[in-house]
Amino acid sequence: MAKGKRGVPEVNASSMADIAFLLLIFFLVTTTIASDKGLTLRLPPKRPPDAQDEIKLKDRNVFNVLVNSNNQLLVEEELMNIKDIKEEAKRFITNNGKDDKLSESPDKAVISLKHDRGTKYEVYITVMDELKKAYNELRANHMGITVAKYLEIENSGEKAAKDPKLEDAKLKYPYQLSEAEPTNVGGN
Amino acid sequence: MSKFKKKSNSTPAISTASLPDIVFMLLFFFMVTTVLRETTLLINNKVPKATQLQKLEKKSLVTFIYVGKPRETGKYGTEPRIQVNDALIAPRDIPRFVYTEKDKLDEVERDKLTVSLKVDVETKMGIVSDIKQQLREADALKLNYSCGKAADIVE
Repeated sequence: MAKGKRGVPEVNASSMADIAFLLLIFFLVTTTIASDKGLTLRLPPKRPPDAQDEIKLKDRNVFNVLVNSNNQLLVEEELMNIKDIKEEAKRFITNNGKDDKLSESPDKAVISLKHDRGTKYEVYITVMDELKKAYNELRANHMGITVAKYLEIENSGEKAAKDPKLEDAKLKYPYQLSEAEPTNVGGN
Repeated sequence: MSKFKKKSNSTPAISTASLPDIVFMLLFFFMVTTVLRETTLLINNKVPKATQLQKLEKKSLVTFIYVGKPRETGKYGTEPRIQVNDALIAPRDIPRFVYTEKDKLDEVERDKLTVSLKVDVETKMGIVSDIKQQLREADALKLNYSCGKAADIVE
């Protein structure tokens, strides 16, 4: 290209890009971005030995979900398919005292989840996810947005803490999940 | 005579000299942001999928507990086991593990410790509820079931 150029010849650096690309691709392939997402929950504190009897809740305010060792679902004494639980939970939460078997108001509604030691973890997570979804849909509906948008806001870290609408929705539909001691039928 | 170079007729080649710099920049970005798995797993660990996920906020406050069937079944048996760091432990050792993890944190942040449970999909709930019981003993109440992102429809 350059005709009769004098002086020290330049070191050809064009292969540098190739080397760098190779390294880049190596790192792209080998590293896995840690997926630190999941379903959060807060465990109840340890019961002191001299604890009082459990607080009695009105029967109608408790939504009983039972998962047995065969991964079958019993919701309010009825056998149910996993994909129906969300609608049933929503119906229970938003009853507002209409039906005398369902909850009085969303903030009194408690979901009680009981599982067996032999329940499969995957099923348990699916049920938890569906119940969470019921709440998230109600909250999103209350805020007038989609669930996807709701999750986005909820996961936006510090911004989420300042959102008054989110606060309001959480106050309207508090997520109250109580986990009972598991039974031991299919356990190990 | 003239101080200005003559315009050459052929189109000049675009200098690729900065290309390595750009690529190196990308390379460093990926090297810094990606986290290599710190522990070698002794167990099978395939986390379930869910839709309503929440992000774990502060990485330094998160500690992981893995549960699953051992890979070397001859050595460790076929029952699901608990792994923390590089060792398999019994459920009763969990409080001690949690306390050592809490000791690593600042005093003000100790009660913010979040335990992320990475449990294999095939596991039965028995061992998970044992862990939960032990975590309550150790006063580590913030729990997270680690899940992958699922498509939005549950069949």
